[in-house]
Amino acid sequence: MSLGKTEVEYISRLAQIEVREEEVDGVAAKLSNILDLFTQMEAADTRGVEPMSHPLDAVQRFRADVVTEVDQHEKLQAIAPSVTQAHYLVPQVIE
Amino acid sequence: MSWEVVIGLEIHTQLTTKSKIFSGASTAYGAAPNSQACAIDAGMPGMLPVLNHAVLGKSIMLGLALDAELGMRSVFDRKNYFYPDSPKGYQTTQMDFPIVGQGQLEIELEDGSKKVIGVTRAHLEEDAGKSVHGIVPGQTGIDLNRSGTPLLEIVSDPDMSSAKEAVAYAKKMHELVQYLGICDGNMQEGSFRVDSNVSVRRPGEPLGTRAELKNINSFKFIEKAIEIEIERQIELIESGGKVVQETRLYDSEKDVTRSMRTKEEANDYRYFPCPDLLPVIITEADVEAVRVVMPELPDAKRARFVSEFNLSDYDAAVLTGSRAMAEFFETVVALTDAKDPKLCANWATSGFSAALNRDGLSIENAPVSAEMLAGMISRLIDNSISGKIAKQVFDAMWQGEGSADEIIESKGLKQITDTGAIEALVDDVLANNPNQVEAYKGGQEKMMGYFVGQIMKASGGQANPGQVNKLLMAKLKA
Amino acid sequence: MHNLTIKQMNEKLHSGEITSVQLTQHYLDRISQYDGDLNAFVTVTPELAISMAEAADQKIAAGDAELLTGIPIAHKDIFCTDGVKTSCGSKMLDNFIAPYDAHVVTLLNKIGMPILGKTNMDEFAMGSSSESSYYGPTKNPWDHKAVPGGSSGGSAAVIAAGLAPLATGTDTGGSVRQPASFCGITGIKPTYGAVSRFGIIAYASSFDQAGPLTRSAEDSAWMLNAMAGFDERDSTSLEREKTDYTAELGQSLKGLRIGVPAEYFGEGLDPEVEAAIRTAITEVGNLGGEVVEVHLPNKDLAVPAYYVLAPAEASANLSRYDGVRFGYRCDQPQDLEDLYKRSRSEGFGEEVKRRIMVGAYALSAGYYDAYYVKAQQLRRMVRDDFTKAFESCDVIMGPVAPTSAFNIGEKSDDQVSMYLNDLYTIPVNLAGLPALSVPAGFANNRPVGLHIVGPYFSEAKLLNIGHQFQQITDWHKQMPAQYQ
Repeated sequence: MSLGKTEVEYISRLAQIEVREEEVDGVAAKLSNILDLFTQMEAADTRGVEPMSHPLDAVQRFRADVVTEVDQHEKLQAIAPSVTQAHYLVPQVIE
Repeated sequence: MSWEVVIGLEIHTQLTTKSKIFSGASTAYGAAPNSQACAIDAGMPGMLPVLNHAVLGKSIMLGLALDAELGMRSVFDRKNYFYPDSPKGYQTTQMDFPIVGQGQLEIELEDGSKKVIGVTRAHLEEDAGKSVHGIVPGQTGIDLNRSGTPLLEIVSDPDMSSAKEAVAYAKKMHELVQYLGICDGNMQEGSFRVDSNVSVRRPGEPLGTRAELKNINSFKFIEKAIEIEIERQIELIESGGKVVQETRLYDSEKDVTRSMRTKEEANDYRYFPCPDLLPVIITEADVEAVRVVMPELPDAKRARFVSEFNLSDYDAAVLTGSRAMAEFFETVVALTDAKDPKLCANWATSGFSAALNRDGLSIENAPVSAEMLAGMISRLIDNSISGKIAKQVFDAMWQGEGSADEIIESKGLKQITDTGAIEALVDDVLANNPNQVEAYKGGQEKMMGYFVGQIMKASGGQANPGQVNKLLMAKLKA
Repeated sequence: MHNLTIKQMNEKLHSGEITSVQLTQHYLDRISQYDGDLNAFVTVTPELAISMAEAADQKIAAGDAELLTGIPIAHKDIFCTDGVKTSCGSKMLDNFIAPYDAHVVTLLNKIGMPILGKTNMDEFAMGSSSESSYYGPTKNPWDHKAVPGGSSGGSAAVIAAGLAPLATGTDTGGSVRQPASFCGITGIKPTYGAVSRFGIIAYASSFDQAGPLTRSAEDSAWMLNAMAGFDERDSTSLEREKTDYTAELGQSLKGLRIGVPAEYFGEGLDPEVEAAIRTAITEVGNLGGEVVEVHLPNKDLAVPAYYVLAPAEASANLSRYDGVRFGYRCDQPQDLEDLYKRSRSEGFGEEVKRRIMVGAYALSAGYYDAYYVKAQQLRRMVRDDFTKAFESCDVIMGPVAPTSAFNIGEKSDDQVSMYLNDLYTIPVNLAGLPALSVPAGFANNRPVGLHIVGPYFSEAKLLNIGHQFQQITDWHKQMPAQYQ
């Protein structure tokens, strides 16, 4: 399976990972290599096989509706790149 | 050239749990920024979700109220997109297997006709944080307190064909979720958010492209926005243009909808089952447990008030305006042995409600309780006080001066009903006002009012007016 | 001191012959001496280690100690350690001081195991050689030209070189067992859900499991006892009665049916590895078991399925690394998109970026059914192969990897060839089964590991088989000359 520039740009947008112009071909080639591995799956007969998301047949457990967490914003924000008045800052988002 | 309008609503309701859907942080509104965003809510490395049990019962309850299929096995999926208010870079939601399936809600339109609106599904998901502008110029501040608050997203079938129908549906759903106690319905605080999907088409043609209207937090503006959007789309198509699938906001000052400035095309959300969570199983026993605690729904309550208490449709509608008011009313009726439900209804909807509004209070923190009001109404029913005195007693109760009986006692307000005593008063007044008696006998019937006034004054307002009238008439005719 | 077994260390600590402070200092000294060259540690924590050792000594004196109290440990840098840098081998987290402990760390801290430091690893656990670490490759103590395996290469090297008596690792596609094999030590991946993932930086959530790296199966059993158990903060953590993983140690292997898949011994398997493994299987068989041929017909589909599913999960798990709340942020972001794209492109290494992109692609519209759903179906088929095989055998044995350790740099350009190396270990993660790797000889002068796979919850049996094997062989006692 061979990826072209359009696909690489699309993936780059989905993953929010920059791929510079000069890198596109190299990235396309490496990704195509990995995707070639997937072609081996095509021939396998999987009719009637239920997809398996989790190894064990367990079901979701619950927690009680109780407040257990205290205000830790100082500790958590001590390692943040940019904080003002307890808000995380990012470049302005215009809506 | 006729047009058909197709509207579907997606309503996000914040569930009334104390803690978040996947963490033990508080969901209380209005806390200091990021003080209720624990490491799990902030999407920190290595953190994992565990499901809050309380969201199940609330979801099941909505499902039962909508006569819906229930998703006995539901699955959480990841909806992948990047946005600063979504700390993990994905939102945990339910795509293919929601907890509530197909259901319906009947709405009543202004002309009294009814329409059944299909509800496609309702699913659980986590809310995102909030963006705050203006803290630092050129920057947006992110507050993650809201991140992880449980939402039940209720998706309607595209069954509505006018703005009025859409708002009727939204209002009905708004009433329902509050009645069920699963959502506080506070649109200003964002507990109940309505997104409208609007499209138009010529009859017989396939569905048109829809635009989504978001971030409108009053029913009045939702109606206007939908109407203006319908006009916009029709005008656009009639002048040869095409409707673009996009999100639009409503500008209430200019009464127009505007496209949101998002750069990209439709997002590829790459939904897949969340591997940190396992399938959610609900059993028949779980459903039964909710069924037995289901509150009476608003429509059924209204019908019962009309049939059981002989109230008018109008009164029934006012009394069931909120579950709290309906329950207040029924408590008062019960405590007065249902001797005069209409009287209870009158007091609840006028005197009591007026005082609440005047002082900006809610039923929960009103100074007069149902017990207290019932106590006063009992004294009206047994003629201990007149209607006019009752107003005085009510005001005194509201001021915290005690129960009805205590106030009647301490202020000596008990109505005079003793026939002999009233007769004496009547005789007195008639004896002291011979000219007015002459005038009355000469044809001036208005003198009745004068006599009644004098008698009431002489009795300190405590003579039973009905008896005064009766005895006065008898004496004057004699 | 570094040649003692855990049991012996425990005895000496309790008799007062040695103190935890002495034991810990001994290892810290060895780390100073050898790690500059080996590069097995990202962070060494001498002050923390000594202060924890002092506390441990007090616990021992007060009679309040457990078997592992006072015995130092190294943690793979994927376990969050409160107040200590937790890098996950990545520039993205080079500045991340974790504000909380992983559940496993909490458990071991409570016992009183002084933390020597955080060990090197493939970036975000994505790799089989530890070469993709932001901090450079770790060398294999047996041969410095060789890789130690990955992604828990640092932890494996640390055990092999005697720089710590015990270490933690995580295994998503073989990342505990393969480094154990390459470094001639013991490691076990437990049944999925046996050990809590809370506080372990996630790579592929439905595959990741933490496990011990040690010098012997017995040591691994003790460690697993300390690490395993239900944690209510992890929805995928199993709620079962607490298991004693040492309970079967010493039991006879008479009647053990050893399944050997015919598919395992084909093309691509190094002949010296094959020889060592066949010998090892025969030796185990001689302890009372019999060898049975079994079949795993879908074995070849496991690797492609894994490289769809694990990157798919990772593509979502790594979306949180966006330069907003922690970790690397690019310089002077111009707008939001610039912040995301540059922080992630500059903060992540090449292999991580590749896997995120492959994963996002496999989930994207148009490919979800052909890739993701198909892979999940294959996953079930691979698991069902094992279920069927276990009808006629008790455990399955074979090589851990088709070769012994390759050279540093040898495979870095050929990802797919590196991926295919995981063909024995990956099926086990797809199925969520437990599996042990014990040293079983050498190939090309580099260690070789014997892979022992069992049904769900059979760790105690696996560990006993490993233990019995280690009574009749001494591969596990060997150490590279330079570190003795």
